[in-house]
Amino acid sequence: MHFGLNEEQQLLQETVQGFVAGECPPPRLRELFDAGTGHDPGLWKGLAEMGIPGLAIDEAHGGAGMQLLELAIVFEELGAGCLPGPLFGHALAGLAIQLAGSDAQRERWLPGIASGETLATVAFADGADGWDPEQWSLGLDGGSLRGQKQHVPHGGHAEFCVVGVAGGGFAVVETQADGVRCEDENGIDRGRPLATLHFDGAAAEILEGDAGAAARVRDAAAVLLAAEAFGAAWRLVTMTTEYAKTREQFGTPIAQFQGVKHQLADMATQVEASRALYWYAAHAWDELPAESAHAAALAKSHITDRAIEVARASVELHGGLGFTWECDVQLWFKRVLFDRAWGGTPEQHRRRIAELGAW
Amino acid sequence: MNLTYGPEYEAFRAELQEFLRGWPLQGDEAKLPRNEQERLFRKRGIEAGYVYRSIPAEYGGAGRQSDPLYDRIIQEEYARTGAPGNRLNQGPGLLVPTLLDFGTEEQKRRFIPPTLAGEMQWCQGYSEPGSGSDLASLQTSARLDGDHWVINGQKIWTSNAREAHYMFGLFRTEPDAGKHAGISYLLVPMDAEGIDVRPLKQMTGSEEFNEVFFNDVHTPADHILGKRGEGWTISRATLRHERNLIGNPALMRQQFEMMLAIARRTERGGRPAIEEPGIRDRIAEVEGFVRCVETTNLRMLSAESRGEAMQVMLPMMMIKLYSTQVMERVASLAYDLLGGDGLLAPIVENDSIYDGSGTLRGGVHNFLYSMGPSIAGGASNIQRNIIGERGLGLPRDLRPSGG
Repeated sequence: MHFGLNEEQQLLQETVQGFVAGECPPPRLRELFDAGTGHDPGLWKGLAEMGIPGLAIDEAHGGAGMQLLELAIVFEELGAGCLPGPLFGHALAGLAIQLAGSDAQRERWLPGIASGETLATVAFADGADGWDPEQWSLGLDGGSLRGQKQHVPHGGHAEFCVVGVAGGGFAVVETQADGVRCEDENGIDRGRPLATLHFDGAAAEILEGDAGAAARVRDAAAVLLAAEAFGAAWRLVTMTTEYAKTREQFGTPIAQFQGVKHQLADMATQVEASRALYWYAAHAWDELPAESAHAAALAKSHITDRAIEVARASVELHGGLGFTWECDVQLWFKRVLFDRAWGGTPEQHRRRIAELGAW
Repeated sequence: MNLTYGPEYEAFRAELQEFLRGWPLQGDEAKLPRNEQERLFRKRGIEAGYVYRSIPAEYGGAGRQSDPLYDRIIQEEYARTGAPGNRLNQGPGLLVPTLLDFGTEEQKRRFIPPTLAGEMQWCQGYSEPGSGSDLASLQTSARLDGDHWVINGQKIWTSNAREAHYMFGLFRTEPDAGKHAGISYLLVPMDAEGIDVRPLKQMTGSEEFNEVFFNDVHTPADHILGKRGEGWTISRATLRHERNLIGNPALMRQQFEMMLAIARRTERGGRPAIEEPGIRDRIAEVEGFVRCVETTNLRMLSAESRGEAMQVMLPMMMIKLYSTQVMERVASLAYDLLGGDGLLAPIVENDSIYDGSGTLRGGVHNFLYSMGPSIAGGASNIQRNIIGERGLGLPRDLRPSGG
């Protein structure tokens, strides 16, 4: 019995933590956020040197052959640092090709994804709410795509995109190909820009492989967003705790007032209790297939709900400053908004919990 | 991660399941009175090494090495079958661990075996009318007079004081010492002259609590645990045991299942409430909280069994506050599902109407009762102070009394 991180996983976590703190401290994060490009090649190169883009890709295809749990641990740190960059869509594209691609398709795309040399992403949303494979309506017409996909993370940076198509399958499209037009959506999280991809007879290659793959990728996305929201929420707790220790009113740090202390204790308690929920969901995805979809939906809905509560309380505890663009709280607040809405709202995930529940 | 217990533990579980097939008792034994049957089966459990597992054999336990995973398996299997295992009330749950840590050899031999056997029942004398969260301000005095302590004052919120043979409690024995340093931990026979027990009716209608008045009550001089003035330190250890009793994930799951039973049985618009989207959303939300308690407990259990308890100090600090909040959520949803039946009083005569099977009025009782754990063993706002100060490193409150 071991429900916790082993030494290698702790080392991975510390390594990524150190990288994020060293390469993207809040002032640098602020520069990148204000620049609004959502991508810093230097940061991406650093992650690639650590093997992060290929963390969960088979060793045979140039990856580290680790599991979703390891990737989720990295996403906790991504959330803690609010790190900008394309890892989210990129990692999901890798998982999709690994799960649904034929041998030849894996051989063709995975090495470039694993090394980070080729940027990839995924396109799920058909309309505002169509996140689930069973809702995908984008049709393939003689090997080419017509229609559009919304909320594609780093759609403007990726060289190719794994697109969810009607029937719950995947197709791969090169974003620079004829018949593909990318439109910036002005997403809320400037570290993770969104795009709408318009397809007008774009050539697409269907991924072979079984129909369950898309649902697995959907669940993996939920787990990674839950892990990221957890990391962001803890960071908001620690930022706000530090602020409350230094901000003085009535001649004393506000942290000495029970109204503030109790609110911080509640925030920390709500977040800490959900750490094991994301661990469990990641582990279930790797090892307990019967529980995996349920655990992923629970983690996504519960943690992103708690994270938004914590984010709102963090703004409030920072007072007027907290409401300003200048206060860093907003950066994490917006990452949490991304984690919450992308892939389906908590309410949508609770609907699935109810469908999957033994009740 | 590995959530399996491993072959050694599964073999133990299989062996235990085989043993538990002996409950309920069969044949002539099944005709014995219920408490006699329980006594008999508990004795067998001790002999087999499952009950009071880590308590030394000379004090009536099984004398085995304590192992959190074995303990968890035993807890799970006994809960599943409903067989009589460890009693977790005040005596075995709180006093016995304290006696093992702080008692003299004579005290251990005298008090532990009958307590485990259920022959000696205990109540806990901590709170006083003026001393709840600020427990160290307690005033009930014990003065050493020859070979006896003479006790005067009043305790309150004393569960089961009417049934108890003895009280373990905190008394001010050193009036000139500091607030915390003046307190001693004494054992007091409840049949002593000068003790007056008066029941307190709870909002549920039952009378679990009591007030206990002391008027020149005598207890022998050697009925003190540890030295004079050490009572505060000793009681902290007991309180830890009490908190461990409160955050039980199996209990939480049981309450969740009861809430589901109510959701299946009650109707909304001519259909079972459990089919209604709004209700399903709330159930799914509550399930997230319940799973947090379960997985956090799993995390703590795992760390404890690997000797890594220091890594889970923060969740250990938080679990009491968190678990009681989640229990309130489960109970609130169950109450809402009752609809108009929520207008009915939960108790007619006593707690027996609450049979644990998810009766409607049991749901009302449960909702009212769910308030209790957030107060007992350190009220929620005190827990928040502990989390804020020790967990997050926030400055201490202004405490005018200097405590």
